[in-house]
Amino acid sequence: MYANNEIALHVAGVTKRFVRSEGIRWPWKHNSNGPKPVVAVDNVSFDVARGEVFGILGPNGSGKSTLVRCLATLLIPDEGQIMIFGHDALREEMAVKRLINRVSVEASFFKKLTPMENLLYGARLYGLDARQARKQVVEILTRLGLKREDISRPMEEMSRGMQQKVAIARAFLTQPILLLLDEPTTGLDPRSKREVQAFVEELRDCHDATILLTTHDMQEADALCNRVAIIDDGKIVALDTPANLKASVARTNRHEVTLEDVFMELTGKRLQTEEETDE
Amino acid sequence: MAQLIREFRASYAFVERNFNLVRRYWGWEVVWMCYSIASTLSITYIGAGMEAISGVQVDTNYLIMYLLIGTLVWRFLAIVFDNISEMIAWERWEDTIEYTFMAPITRLTQMTGQTVFAVAYSLLSTAILLGIVALFFHLDLSQANLFGATVMLLAGSLSFIGLGILASVLPLLFPERGAQMTHVVQAVFLLISGVYYPIEVLPQWMQPLARVSPATFVLQGMRATILEGAPTRSLWPHLWPLLVAGLVTLPLGLYIFRLGERYAKRTGKLKRNG
Repeated sequence: MYANNEIALHVAGVTKRFVRSEGIRWPWKHNSNGPKPVVAVDNVSFDVARGEVFGILGPNGSGKSTLVRCLATLLIPDEGQIMIFGHDALREEMAVKRLINRVSVEASFFKKLTPMENLLYGARLYGLDARQARKQVVEILTRLGLKREDISRPMEEMSRGMQQKVAIARAFLTQPILLLLDEPTTGLDPRSKREVQAFVEELRDCHDATILLTTHDMQEADALCNRVAIIDDGKIVALDTPANLKASVARTNRHEVTLEDVFMELTGKRLQTEEETDE
Repeated sequence: MAQLIREFRASYAFVERNFNLVRRYWGWEVVWMCYSIASTLSITYIGAGMEAISGVQVDTNYLIMYLLIGTLVWRFLAIVFDNISEMIAWERWEDTIEYTFMAPITRLTQMTGQTVFAVAYSLLSTAILLGIVALFFHLDLSQANLFGATVMLLAGSLSFIGLGILASVLPLLFPERGAQMTHVVQAVFLLISGVYYPIEVLPQWMQPLARVSPATFVLQGMRATILEGAPTRSLWPHLWPLLVAGLVTLPLGLYIFRLGERYAKRTGKLKRNG
């Protein structure tokens, strides 16, 4: 367990099912089977300590994003409980919302607006002073490698990497004490990926932020996370420090054991990348 | 106090964001204004041509004003309704809905910001439209009680804000077709509210609906103030039903929206993928 004893995030027995829509169901065409629910998150439990970077590693469709949406109050779990710094995510939704922010795999913005306009909108929603927020936007974005002139260019003219940096800045601007990073580096070029990872490292080392990071990049998880949960078909199949996870798998070849080997050993599957799935 | 400032800032976020979006999509605004002008003129010219169509002598100026009031009032209410009912559809299209819903703000704060913008935008659009249409017709407003007309318009917007909030649940529950469904709601109000004709010409079974439509009261009050110069104090019979409708639809809209949001969060309808 991480050294800090204060629990930032407590997830207990969380289950989320979805029922696939099968069009109009005519009453006279009775189908005894009915629509079958898909279990996206299956009885997941874990705790994250304050200041910890907690990784969730799993392939596409394993339930990572659904779990993050439950934590972000965007989905209501069917079962289980989520406590964020002692606040119940369902009953004390507003208190939880003030403590968290999320960066998702798609950098979702008003495309015609500039980073400054988008971030000021976000800052105002979180009750920040606009004058102060303007200064911070420039500081954070330049720190993330954006040029000053890019800050007043419409988002639609920016590369995906730049948009993702603006998304990180948007989350960071509100000073969340629990930051949910849902595949923040997926689809980025190696340089952009490295810059985003460096920023996460800085957050971890210099700010009082607890980070939950989902990824299917094993190296990223290995480098950034204090502990990693491996999730497959909505279930956590292993949870430990990267070193312990690797140590739990016998070295079969001569090569160093990686988290990919751990995942294969535990699930019999390969971790796919986004690009592979798209193909 | 700090909480109030926070809520005010959050409400203003929607006003500023919508203003920025209108600025960036200015081309659409021009297209929409051209459409509104053409549509308003084509309806108003029916009044100008009525004598030639029917071969009977009619008070053409009265008819022109009657249709023009209908067109402009409907345009105003429709813009208020659209701005509010389409807020979810808009955020879905921009893919920002999850960020707005994750922010620590109440729906009341969100709706307040959206509403302030909707009413200001609608007033400005309608004023521009009136200014342009006035170039085509000789509008005699010497008898008009413009203050009373403004009071009617603002009172009418209260209930349309509530109806807009109610209708905005549709895009929340039906991601693919919800936005189009709000147009059906609007079309029904257009049909039953006596926008271009007195409600007495409607079939008997439709008339009870027409008598409870808030737009009917707005239009009756507007025609009384502009065509007949009715004093403001005489507007009470048109005003109180609008205030009651606002008192009912606003909290009801917020309540239904809250239920819709909860349903969307249970079923995963906030976001269609991922």
